[in-house]
Amino acid sequence: MKKGVMRPGHVQIRVLDLEEAVKHYTDLMGLIETDRDDQGRVYLKAWSEVDKFSVILREADEPGCDFMGFKVVDEASLVQLEKDLVEFGVAVEQVAEGELKDCGRRARFQVPSGHTFELYADKLYTGKWGVNNVNPEAWPRGLTGMKAVRFDHCLFYGPELAATYDIFVNVLGFHLAEQVLADDGTRIAQFLTVSMKEHDIAFIHHEEPGKFHHASFHLETWEDVLRAADLISMTDTSIDIGPTRHGLTHGKTIYFFDPSGNRNEVFCGGDYTYPDHKPVTWQAEQLGKAIFYHDRVLNERFMTVLT
Amino acid sequence: MSNAFEITEQCSGNQFRCEPGQSVLKAMEQQGLKCVPVGCRGGGCGFCKITVLSGDYECGKMSRVHVPPESRACGDVLACRIYPLSDLTIECRPRELAESDKQQTKTTSMR
Repeated sequence: MKKGVMRPGHVQIRVLDLEEAVKHYTDLMGLIETDRDDQGRVYLKAWSEVDKFSVILREADEPGCDFMGFKVVDEASLVQLEKDLVEFGVAVEQVAEGELKDCGRRARFQVPSGHTFELYADKLYTGKWGVNNVNPEAWPRGLTGMKAVRFDHCLFYGPELAATYDIFVNVLGFHLAEQVLADDGTRIAQFLTVSMKEHDIAFIHHEEPGKFHHASFHLETWEDVLRAADLISMTDTSIDIGPTRHGLTHGKTIYFFDPSGNRNEVFCGGDYTYPDHKPVTWQAEQLGKAIFYHDRVLNERFMTVLT
Repeated sequence: MSNAFEITEQCSGNQFRCEPGQSVLKAMEQQGLKCVPVGCRGGGCGFCKITVLSGDYECGKMSRVHVPPESRACGDVLACRIYPLSDLTIECRPRELAESDKQQTKTTSMR
């Protein structure tokens, strides 16, 4: 967080059928619908998040991710980060306050992997859903499905990982928590963070730019991950893989798809990092174990099925 | 059931039954066959692209990137999003062949 980037703030996901998607993200995953706008977008949040929304769904004829936004600590940091980006040669586009409801102005830019990111400092603070901030109860009643705790991170697939790394690390103040290195030392996966989490954003090398692998949501326990798996079966939701454990981050996970084919993850646990920690390295020859610690074999779907 | 349709995949010779209202991909998966690759099952990733050679079917929503309108008109569709109205003959070309003439998602450097 040394440059003022604080945490993942939101992700805008394109879906083929809006109401099917809303049902998936609310009934199954347990997000809460907080608003809709005149563009027809739907705003959602997980219960422990303090701002009004973290997921925006937009109906389109091609699924995928429009952008991911990071919240910065204040306006002064936002101004400085914009300057730093421009000085580094990154084009920054201004998105006006209110373009997303109850969100302040956003500074939008594209990185060489082909993905669009935003920085913003202000969003309506609505507090955690269903619990008070004074003498709070342990959790809110009335949650549905997987009861996702928070939007946690995204994994993107694209080219130019080194140039993308430079922007995130040297300009935005992220640090490299984990990586996968090829035999020749080329980094083919990078897990970057501004927090103690092993990833606030991750990239895996892929020839086609701008691809979306998954948006991930945090659960509290392994039991919750198993319960999520039960719900995936009960609702006949398209499963990808799991429940299992990752080698990278050591998180316990399950992957599945929303009704438009965007991949979701819910996970618990995982390692922690501080800025003085050296990056954890997985060798590409151990990639199967790095991704799926138990099977130790990659399924082709994980590497190629993207939106 | 008596009103199920017969789906024939030409490359493998596999045949399977598909109930009305059931997607071709789901019917294939339920019968343990693998003649069409399974991706997201949601019309998004393009992994299960097939060509319908004969028969009638309805289409659900599919990503325009993988199935532009002109492809759809030629019967190039996603197996996860088609629902037969008659017996169908389909063809699923191996990905390597399909990729040689169409830009497709791939990650060669990871293999």
